[in-house]
Amino acid sequence: MDNPRRAPNITGMAQPDTDILIVGGGLNGPCLALACAQAGLRSVVLDALPVDTRSGDTFDGRAYALALASVRMLDALGLWDEIADHAQPILEIKASDGRAGEGAAPFFLHFDHAEIEEGPMGHMLEDRYLRRALLDAMEAETLVTHRPGTRVVGQGVGSVTLEGGEVLIARLLVGADGRRSGVAERAGIKRMGWGYDQTALVCAVDHEKPHNGIAHQFFMPGGPLAILPLPGNRSSIVWSESELRAGELAAADDETFLAALRPAFGDFLGEISLSGARFSYPLGLSLAQGFIAERLALVGDAAHGVHPIAGQGLNLGLRDVGALAEVLADAKRRGEDIAASNVLARYQQWRRFDTAALAVGTDAVNRLFSNDNGALRAIRDLGMGAITALPGLRRGFIREAAGLTGDLPRLMQGRAL
Amino acid sequence: MNTAPQTTVDDGEIAKFEAMAAEWWDTEGKFKPLHMLNPTRLDYITSQIAAEFGRDLKADAPFAGLRILDIGCGGGLLAEPMARLGADVVGADAAERNIPVAQIHAEQSGLEIDYRHTTAEAMAAAGEQFDVVLNMEVVEHVADPLAYLTACQQLLKPGGLMICSTLNRNPKSYLMAIIGAEHVMRWLPKGTHEWSKFITPDELYDLIRNAGLDPVDRKGFVFNPILWTWGLSDRDLSVNYVTSSVKR
Repeated sequence: MDNPRRAPNITGMAQPDTDILIVGGGLNGPCLALACAQAGLRSVVLDALPVDTRSGDTFDGRAYALALASVRMLDALGLWDEIADHAQPILEIKASDGRAGEGAAPFFLHFDHAEIEEGPMGHMLEDRYLRRALLDAMEAETLVTHRPGTRVVGQGVGSVTLEGGEVLIARLLVGADGRRSGVAERAGIKRMGWGYDQTALVCAVDHEKPHNGIAHQFFMPGGPLAILPLPGNRSSIVWSESELRAGELAAADDETFLAALRPAFGDFLGEISLSGARFSYPLGLSLAQGFIAERLALVGDAAHGVHPIAGQGLNLGLRDVGALAEVLADAKRRGEDIAASNVLARYQQWRRFDTAALAVGTDAVNRLFSNDNGALRAIRDLGMGAITALPGLRRGFIREAAGLTGDLPRLMQGRAL
Repeated sequence: MNTAPQTTVDDGEIAKFEAMAAEWWDTEGKFKPLHMLNPTRLDYITSQIAAEFGRDLKADAPFAGLRILDIGCGGGLLAEPMARLGADVVGADAAERNIPVAQIHAEQSGLEIDYRHTTAEAMAAAGEQFDVVLNMEVVEHVADPLAYLTACQQLLKPGGLMICSTLNRNPKSYLMAIIGAEHVMRWLPKGTHEWSKFITPDELYDLIRNAGLDPVDRKGFVFNPILWTWGLSDRDLSVNYVTSSVKR
């Protein structure tokens, strides 16, 4: 370099290889790359997993509850047409306070999409279709380079070192690498959070009777049990139990597991059987203390791992993606340095409050409901009765579940970036 | 990089200028009010240039081929974004010490910008020509606004665009710009502005026409004290405002 006096600066040191380096090839990383491409920004997506594990064609039991706002965003990214036929609209949500052996409490919450004008409040989508669509879209987009099977071993300001020694330089480094984010850790971003001594057991079941597009959430003493409609006579199950009990259930064979599930599930869908594999995820809250650092931003679980009680993890992540893409697109259009500290501060300011509110809210709901105390149970029943009786309040909950509240990114309003 | 600044200053001076460049670009420092206003100024400037010259802001280097002059460039807060959008940029400042400061920062940002210690009048006399002249928050500081705007007009090619912002003259602007910004918030040094030199939008339109330009648009820069951000307004030109005019 010809001028040793120059302050170290990433763009001054070398020509960047790309605008944005995204570490993490799950769902948020590819979505961010595709969104940024709409603004003319180039991305490289570094995915530690090889492509064949991403493109498996058989149903593996995993599915997502996509809020309406998330569906709009996938549509704006050109993904929805390919997957719409595989998605099951959620037409109603019923939530009730249940206790094994006693059935549902007299009051339960009932949310019907007919009460809001925007249509179904969400869709259930199997993981395999979303992944396939993301892989195809990344391949078709010239501004996105997908590098599967690529492990990051080191990191600088706006740069990463790959296994094998290759160094990549970008204007902005994004951590979309989950709640144990290596990007955040290497940047020295501390995390706060706690476990719940609870584990979510996730699987899909085939059932005899049609679900009619109704999602159920039973608040059980051990934790919530969600039954979410998939296409056909099949539903996705998210069953939260104490760590100890969940450990036993996860280790048990399929028949023992089903025998334990049936009393909680009830018989309203007829006979049930397992479809695909079973997964278990320990529950806990994990918030990064900052969502940004020098030339760095975190999205999704890397910024905030929340409890999957209302299926809000992916929806929250997509909100990050929509917000970050919008902030970067606006900065690029103005000619600003897309990774300048004041540009990234706009993203953090936008997302931090929303995330903290949801994390705390989800935590409080879970703690309130995962309790068998008689007095608490009476309060819950009264509260649920009140919500059911007041249409305005109920519509508010429906719009919240549909992801239509708060300061929505343009992509989530169905608008162009 | 072969774009080392063509300065003749010594090492001690360079260190001082580097510190000043850091100060100009510290979004939480002395120039915070300018950084807060900058995205809104850029929104206006980029959309006007894109509309006038038929450019797509989503394209790579949308302003390629446009020659842009930034008068009163300071540390380069407008010149750098214009260069990043692909324009060929000249930044002029009458304050000599701003030139090496802006040069150092442009080099750190990997941008090529022609910074000069000169005035609009001197460049007009030398026959320089531009597609766009950015004339932001300058006219309220000059001794003879009409002579200055006439020089800006001469600097434009036929069909060229001048964007000019300034401060309105009324009791509210006195309260906001002088009492508020200089005395209460201490955003600006006391004595930065002389209220009697502020210009109303109608007076500015008259001056622009007399200088041989056609005014085509004007908007207000409005501060939202709740969100603590600036925005553009079609109606509220009561304090800060901006105009676009073209040379037919």
